[in-house]
Amino acid sequence: MADTVQSWGPDSIPDTAKAPVRVKGLQKFMRRHSTIAVLMCLPLIIIVACLIVYPAFYSIYLSMLNKSQTRFVGLANFTYLLSRDTFWMVVKQSAIFAISAVFFKALIGLITAHLVNNLPVKGQRKWRGMLLVPWVIPLALSTLGWWWLFDPTHSAFNYILKGMGFEEIAWLSDPYWARVSVILVNVWYGAPFFLIMYLAALKSVPEQLYEAASIDGASAWQKFIHITLPMMHNIIAITVLFSLIVTFANFDVVQIMTAGGPRNMTHVFATYSFLLGIRSGDLPLGAATSLFMFPILAIAAIFILRGVRKRGREIG
Amino acid sequence: MSTVAIAAPIKSRLGIGASLKRNRRWALISSYFFLILFAIFFLMPPYYMIVTALKSDAEVAHMATNPWIIANGITFEQFYILLFQTDFLVFFKNTVIVTLCVVAITMVVSVLAAFSLGRMKFWGSSILATGIFLTYLIPDTLLFLPLFQIVKSIGLLNSYWGMVLIYPTLTVPFCTWIMIGYFQSIPKELDEAALIDGAGHMQMLFKIFIPVALPGIIAAMIFAFTVSWAAFVYPMAFLYSADQQVLTVGTVTSLIRADVYKWGMLMAGALLAAAPPLVIYAFLMDYYIAGLTAGATKG
Repeated sequence: MADTVQSWGPDSIPDTAKAPVRVKGLQKFMRRHSTIAVLMCLPLIIIVACLIVYPAFYSIYLSMLNKSQTRFVGLANFTYLLSRDTFWMVVKQSAIFAISAVFFKALIGLITAHLVNNLPVKGQRKWRGMLLVPWVIPLALSTLGWWWLFDPTHSAFNYILKGMGFEEIAWLSDPYWARVSVILVNVWYGAPFFLIMYLAALKSVPEQLYEAASIDGASAWQKFIHITLPMMHNIIAITVLFSLIVTFANFDVVQIMTAGGPRNMTHVFATYSFLLGIRSGDLPLGAATSLFMFPILAIAAIFILRGVRKRGREIG
Repeated sequence: MSTVAIAAPIKSRLGIGASLKRNRRWALISSYFFLILFAIFFLMPPYYMIVTALKSDAEVAHMATNPWIIANGITFEQFYILLFQTDFLVFFKNTVIVTLCVVAITMVVSVLAAFSLGRMKFWGSSILATGIFLTYLIPDTLLFLPLFQIVKSIGLLNSYWGMVLIYPTLTVPFCTWIMIGYFQSIPKELDEAALIDGAGHMQMLFKIFIPVALPGIIAAMIFAFTVSWAAFVYPMAFLYSADQQVLTVGTVTSLIRADVYKWGMLMAGALLAAAPPLVIYAFLMDYYIAGLTAGATKG
């Protein structure tokens, strides 16, 4: 808003002093200007209002109906869910899934970004291009590939394990290995995104800071702690929070690899609400399940917004 | 005496230089070593998919040879079966139609809105811009059940035109957000000059802003393309007959019909379905990455 004042305010003052006729034109122009601006936003407003905001509120209403959507039942769906052990398992698994996956994505992303940044500038492009491939393949399709790698009878991983003299692992039928597997696939898919974000942030740290630190005799680790991390801390926070939202709401990996099994041990919020809402046809109960995602997403969103605003101020 | 006194520091400085160089060489070698390890981890699944797709069914099923290499010769029979004996081409056609429509809708809507929000500004425009960013953070898995009801009530359940209607919710907020960033980065003098020359808003947008912000527009288009090509939750929930299905869900569900999984054909399908985004990425990598990073660095 400050920009508005700057660009239109001061410019119009000399106009008033010089030519009163042009003021009228300018006012008319400004009024037309606003109308056109609102008109140009209209398609966006319609899409967002009808297909994002309305469904979000409709979801709350929907979650308070009974299965056949004929009767208003208040919070019965929520209390039913809270009394079920399976639901609490879903809550726990969603948290484990999101936190551990995001942690390893961030770690691998940070390490690989530093490694790529160490290379001569000429070769960086090639490596970056190669390492981003998991992010480019549609997740549903690469998950299919991973499923095949984990296939119970033909697992190519077990071939290697057997060759090295280890025991075979039941990747997707053992509940604990199944949890590890879905997290592994998610880390594989998301780490390149962190790599790209961190690499861009690393490039924006002024070279002089490192040179000054070298002259003062700082070690590589000291440089990382005292220069790189503080300079990148905002972008790291934004990326982690953003990834937390996406990972927490992830559907593709679990749905394709295990569909929630074995024994509902790998269900996350998205797949569980799909099971209840679409597969069992209880839309209200499914909607209630997915609404439990909302508080954590809202908290993450508030922090992201703060980070983005701060960053905007730093740049501008 | 004096020559010795001068020579000593020089010598020691040379020594430091040499050790620095040696350190740097070691850092480089270890960087390459670990990067190769990570590259193996990142590229192993696509590699294994390619290997499987080029094998015969017999070799895949018997497991007599090392699964990581093609032992009995390359064959394209999997691709032949995929293209001529399954619905794969129908899925492909549907996905192309949906994606092209969604990209077109997204670009028109978000370029207009971003120009208005980023450059013209009106009462409430900055709140609106923030709101748009917030809607981008609402995941599809939170909205698919109420949307199921809405799509059903307008009679677009099990039709890919329903996807054309719904997908813009995935693409428009982010594209608008990054286009606002691009439009704001264009110097103010440019539109002032245009105003003095008597240009209208539409002329300004088409003659100045779109050409100048073309890199941003390409980045946003690539984003919209990849997102609608890869969308999974909505088609999984809303489409169920083969003639309306899109690639992601079709490959993952419809091709797995028989009791015996034809893994070679499935991998061939997954690879062909993933090819268009990969090709675009290969040719327009810089735009792709610009679009990715713009979301967090701009604004």
